[in-house]
Amino acid sequence: MSPSLLATSYLSAGVLFIMSLKGLSHPETARRGNLFGALGMIIAVLAVAIQVGLATSPIVIGAVLIAGLIGAVVAMRVSMTAMPQLVAILHSFVGAAAVLVGISNHLHPGTTRVGAEHTIHGIETFLGVFIGALTFSGSVIAWGKLQGVIGSRPLLLPGRHLLNLAMIFTCVWLGVVFVGGGPPSLPAILAVTVVSGLIGIHLVMAIGGADMPVVVSMLNSYSGWAASAAGFMLSNDLLIITGALVGSSGAILSYIMCKAMNRSFVSVILGGFGAEEGAAAVGGVVMEGEMVATTAEEVVELLKEAQSVIIVPGYGMAVAQAQHPVREIVDLLRKRNTQVRFAIHPVAGRLPGHMNVLLAEANLPYDIVLEMDEINQDFEKTDLVLVIGANDIVNPSALDDPASAIAGMPVLPVWEAESCIVFKRGRGAGYAGVENPLFFKPKTRMLYGDAKSSVEAILKLLAG
Amino acid sequence: MKVGVPKESLPGERRVAATPDSVKKLRKLGFDVIIEQDAGLSAGFDDASYAEAGATIAECAATWTAEIIAKVRAPNDIEVARLTPGQTLISYLQPAFNTALVSALAARQVNALAMDQVPRITRAQKVDALSSMGNLSGYRAVIEAVHVMQRPLRGQSTAAGKIHPCRVLVIGAGVAGLAAIGAARALGAIVRAFDTRAAVKDQVASMGAEFLEVQVAEDGSGSGGYAKEMSPAYIAAEMELFAAQAKEVDIIVTTALIPGQRAPILITAQMVASMKRGSVVVDLAAEQSGNCELTKPGEAVVVHGVTVIGYTDLPSRMSLQASTLYATNIVHLLEEMGGAAEFAISETNDVVRPMTVLRGGTLTWPAPMPTARPAPLTPPAAKRARGEGHGPATATTMSLSTRIGLLLAGLALLGLGLSAPPAFLTHFTVFVLACFIGYQVVWSVTPALHTPLMSVTNAISGIIVIGGMLQVNGSSAASILGILAILLATINVAGGFLVTQRMLRMFHR
Repeated sequence: MSPSLLATSYLSAGVLFIMSLKGLSHPETARRGNLFGALGMIIAVLAVAIQVGLATSPIVIGAVLIAGLIGAVVAMRVSMTAMPQLVAILHSFVGAAAVLVGISNHLHPGTTRVGAEHTIHGIETFLGVFIGALTFSGSVIAWGKLQGVIGSRPLLLPGRHLLNLAMIFTCVWLGVVFVGGGPPSLPAILAVTVVSGLIGIHLVMAIGGADMPVVVSMLNSYSGWAASAAGFMLSNDLLIITGALVGSSGAILSYIMCKAMNRSFVSVILGGFGAEEGAAAVGGVVMEGEMVATTAEEVVELLKEAQSVIIVPGYGMAVAQAQHPVREIVDLLRKRNTQVRFAIHPVAGRLPGHMNVLLAEANLPYDIVLEMDEINQDFEKTDLVLVIGANDIVNPSALDDPASAIAGMPVLPVWEAESCIVFKRGRGAGYAGVENPLFFKPKTRMLYGDAKSSVEAILKLLAG
Repeated sequence: MKVGVPKESLPGERRVAATPDSVKKLRKLGFDVIIEQDAGLSAGFDDASYAEAGATIAECAATWTAEIIAKVRAPNDIEVARLTPGQTLISYLQPAFNTALVSALAARQVNALAMDQVPRITRAQKVDALSSMGNLSGYRAVIEAVHVMQRPLRGQSTAAGKIHPCRVLVIGAGVAGLAAIGAARALGAIVRAFDTRAAVKDQVASMGAEFLEVQVAEDGSGSGGYAKEMSPAYIAAEMELFAAQAKEVDIIVTTALIPGQRAPILITAQMVASMKRGSVVVDLAAEQSGNCELTKPGEAVVVHGVTVIGYTDLPSRMSLQASTLYATNIVHLLEEMGGAAEFAISETNDVVRPMTVLRGGTLTWPAPMPTARPAPLTPPAAKRARGEGHGPATATTMSLSTRIGLLLAGLALLGLGLSAPPAFLTHFTVFVLACFIGYQVVWSVTPALHTPLMSVTNAISGIIVIGGMLQVNGSSAASILGILAILLATINVAGGFLVTQRMLRMFHR
């Protein structure tokens, strides 16, 4: 294949990738966008395969087929609640691939470089391996936490910031040794892999469950930068472009998540949220009023009378697998001409946009699923709000208690509605460990019990 | 503590400020009730039923000796003269228009609470006589219109031909307007409604009426739930709309009031002339001089074959229900003021304070304006995340950190330009431009699709498979690592795209 043809294949793949992201601006165009992305990938892979003569190599074809099969099976099998874990583990693959490519390239650089070119190439390789290893180990830990293999409580080693700094300096020093070249460079790059992997583990271990959306989007970003670094190393523009697209995407998602929690990116990454600060806030706030319990019968009465209902789902709803009976309730209510809408907080769920996917899976139309800023002003005009499995995102102390651990975080003002039902497993604080004054408000009623059985009880009464 | 309820003196006023039911409730609050004989007769309550409820029936003069006087209409001169210092008068007062009455009351050194000055807050709704009366007025307006109409409202196909449904235009979708919409709809009319406050659109729609809009963007929500006055451009557009509607509709019900001011003229004589003969205009703002140029307050006039009804006594025409609601409003107010035991005209109670016109003869009206409702909290982050192809808003003036950042970026570029080889810079250019494209494109992604965004970026970051493929040609160790990389990255590519497709298939309208 001529170099020009290869270049145009790269160009078309790059353009198709951009169009695939562009397609996601609306659900109608999103599927076509995804197909563009897949087409771009096929073009790029075929072009390179022909270029380097791998199209006939049985080992490579075998590897691609096996891996493709594994990927396909996983993609078809995974449940939508497990999406965060899948995304995390896929990130780790990219990280690992970046490390492998980096080391492989060091073993067999292809061309010899001298002077500045050699130094720059060394730095590129170092960066690719460093970011790749960090992404790999961090993603594996994130996967473990999301999967429940590792406890979601943050692990806080004494002097952890110093430890991180020390490890980063070690990596930089190893990097300098590596770029220096000669026999010590191979052990140096292997050591970089190990130390950087430790940094990844340590960083993510220190982060609590509620901050997982930020961490997963951050790792998404890192996997992009790792690919970009590999692109520099291999002088491959397509890798650079794709890595940059993915890197900025993850960075923007992290930014959105942080803003939605009113926290700085640095404070999230340094971790520890949901442990000490949360505990302090519980002690500081004295709750007024009392929690009033209600029954499924009463909720059904309210649902029948209501003209407008907003449902605020949280991760608890997904865990309890309550979205399907919720959808049936919504169908019944819509048949009665009741206006039903869903209010989604940006950090509801364990991934950006996770709740939307879960509701879509339950066959709910996306045009009644609204984002926080689209619906926040409507709560006071609403007859009834159902809060299912959410806690921190409906906590009024975020707005009126400056001492709260979640002060300043934008929340859904469900307490402004005529009445508000909170579905809750038992009497306890939320994921962030912060007490919620919403439960004590006069218009709030608590429906205790497993979200799924509560919802099913309501469904039965409503249908009967 | 006694509550005196005199018979209404205004000719034609059939309501009364207490009913046997409300007497019972007042007694529960600790009040003794003195009611003038025959006070409730025109509303359907005889003296015996009041006596049975525990009220004292008395001569007119005796009722005016009570500590609290509850009335419907503002007192006339004779009644004002009966008041003594320290008494509390509760009735309609319209202090903005009745300045002479207010100063006469001030001279008597009484406390005066105006039932027409109840603040428009949720907590005060139980006291809000304008709402309870407005509700009845709106209903009655349609009934009065139907009464003079020479045809039914509901459309029907009969053997003798088709009856066309009437078209009704309701201007102002407050309590009265919404009640009028409901009544007209129930009688089978096609109803359109107009209001300057865009917020009531949903309420109008929920009553089954069509919400008319003008093509000028301006929201008329004033403080305290009332509409405010609009700009000249808006009013011109609004009048154009009414003129067009006047030619089409059979009934116009106007309810536009601006507190403390003459009602705005919305239906001109010309518009009335353009209406079909036999049409009706019902002006619920007649008491504040009317929304229609031709309205004669208190009367129904026929001009160009169009009946213009300006009755000011619509609630009084349903005196039984109106009295019951009004009397309940009074009970709620007295309860809010502490009942008989702790009766006080509170300075801080947000329901009582705005209603207090006189305190011991001193003018305390108008109360300081209710504070504007806090703007709905729109978090800047989420707003940005809306994504119409733009990133975070950049401040118009550069902050210090932005300046330093630009300076550092400039220096870094200078350094790169001096030292880096040209091949690297080509790649670097591509990289930086790709970052910008990624930034722009990703901001345009709808938040609902952020999870598919992550999985698709995941899939395309599997492009690192190319890196693995480029390494396979090398030495055996490098090749093995390359093949491993291919393996991992391909799982990513296949898994990422397929799971994205699976997710996106679930999104439907």
